[in-house]
Amino acid sequence: METPLTKNIRPGEEPLDLPAYERAGGYQALRKALHSMTPQQIIEEVKTAGLRGRGGAGFPTGLKWSFIPAGNDAPHPKYLVVNGDEMEPGTFKDRLLLEGDPHQLIEGTIIAAYATGTDIAYVFLRGEYKIAAQRISKAIGDAYNAGYLGRNVLGSPYSLEMYLHVSAGRYMCGEETGMLNALEGKRANPRSKPPFPPAAGLWGKPTTVNNVETLCNVPHIIGNGASWFRKLSRTKDGGTKLYGVSGKVKRPGLWELPMGTTVREILEDHAGGMRDGLAFRGLLPGGASTDFLTEQHLDVPMDFTEVQKAGSRMGTGTMIVLDSRTCPVGMLLNLEHFFAQESCGWCTPCWSGLGWVERILNAMEEGHGQPGDIDRLAFHTKFLAPGHTFCALAPGAAEPLQSALRYFREDFERHISEKGCPWK
Amino acid sequence: MLSPEEQREIEAEFPHYPTKQALTIDAMKIVQKHRGWVSDEALDDIGGLLGVSRSDLDSVATFYNLIFRRPVGKHVIFVCDSVSCWIMGCSLLRDHLSKRLGARFGETTADGRFTLLPIVCLGACDRAPAMMIDDDLHVDVEPAKTDDILDRYR
Repeated sequence: METPLTKNIRPGEEPLDLPAYERAGGYQALRKALHSMTPQQIIEEVKTAGLRGRGGAGFPTGLKWSFIPAGNDAPHPKYLVVNGDEMEPGTFKDRLLLEGDPHQLIEGTIIAAYATGTDIAYVFLRGEYKIAAQRISKAIGDAYNAGYLGRNVLGSPYSLEMYLHVSAGRYMCGEETGMLNALEGKRANPRSKPPFPPAAGLWGKPTTVNNVETLCNVPHIIGNGASWFRKLSRTKDGGTKLYGVSGKVKRPGLWELPMGTTVREILEDHAGGMRDGLAFRGLLPGGASTDFLTEQHLDVPMDFTEVQKAGSRMGTGTMIVLDSRTCPVGMLLNLEHFFAQESCGWCTPCWSGLGWVERILNAMEEGHGQPGDIDRLAFHTKFLAPGHTFCALAPGAAEPLQSALRYFREDFERHISEKGCPWK
Repeated sequence: MLSPEEQREIEAEFPHYPTKQALTIDAMKIVQKHRGWVSDEALDDIGGLLGVSRSDLDSVATFYNLIFRRPVGKHVIFVCDSVSCWIMGCSLLRDHLSKRLGARFGETTADGRFTLLPIVCLGACDRAPAMMIDDDLHVDVEPAKTDDILDRYR
């Protein structure tokens, strides 16, 4: 089984420096791209590879790049932003790539930048990732010195500047238009869409925003070809995927596996199943803002299409497991507290609705739940749904709630009838 | 007044962005690195350098988790309270630290050594519970282990 994303990574050790990365075949894909492919050919190759965005939404990457205006009339400078804000609770995959193989990310970013005719790339990194900041910063400097960045990359007519921006921390920065506002030195409130960033992004210019894991796939697609990349996967979505498991399993961790590996294989073969004495009740498949999956979904392949068919989203592919001794209502209170706290306050269903959701859940936990509270929570999930808000924060907050009300309804009912949390 | 060093560090970032306003967050982080926090006076000085109003700067300062608008202790402890850490018992860790240090979350110890703050997911969910002290990530933190860890921060 091939593991292109993590083949150079040895957790706990320093990442490959530039000469070692080059010896391992690094920057060959960039040479191939610059010297023998047009931007259009790169976009077509990535489209054919079936690469879908690894930040959570799964948007086809090649298609996203094709929206960037090209040709002599295109506005400049064009920007590319690497989304390294990884703040989705339960998600710990991009940190491995950022810390473990910084040149892989930089090479992928340069190829993506060349394909989109980008002049300036920013690596947007969350403030808490201190080791990643040091390593990315050093790698960017080394790449400049070696001629992979700056004027006339590798002697070609193409030039690219790359800068690291270390954020001051806020979940909203991960939303792509919030991220653009943060880079402009503002609050990371989302922008009204359309226009979308490819048309008018950073400072009104065409802007590509791609997740770290997405970009790390790009050198491998260009180096080995689209059909090789598709064969890494078991399903229609190409490539491998970093899957993670946290919660009370025997071996929590992170693994690079073929796209479409089933929930059961990840949970049982890789994470070792539940700890002794605990039963599985459900899991959030891809971070806090995804719907629960339960026992009936264990054989669902983890890819964007199949998890959606099962009523959830693959999201970031890092699962959070709910066990039989953890209170589902308490878990929801933790999640909705997070979303209510992180709401930027820009639109009413989010700042007001999430506050009420948190209060109702808190009342249930404290033994003050009222008959009708379950209906009230269900009512809120409708108003937090897509179409009512500027961005995906509130709809994301509704996902674990609406599914918990469906799968764990009796637990909510017990909190009300027994006037408190039965787990306490 | 910004120190010459602070001003130099902020101005070194100017070529990376097309506007000076883009530097608001970097400028506040630079000032905080030198002084521990960002005072009203510092906001005015940053505003003067970047041409950004005090109210705009404060709206940014109060939006981001890692900008401190009040003095903090010598070391800042950030305890993750997001979902994976919650499942793995971060509430016990929080209670233990609060009791041990005699400070609630959001407070600084009487001797000024530690400030206790909650933080959202630190991206170490497979090694929960997690916390950060200053720039260091600590994982698999059991309450019993915290004394040894705290001893390293004098």
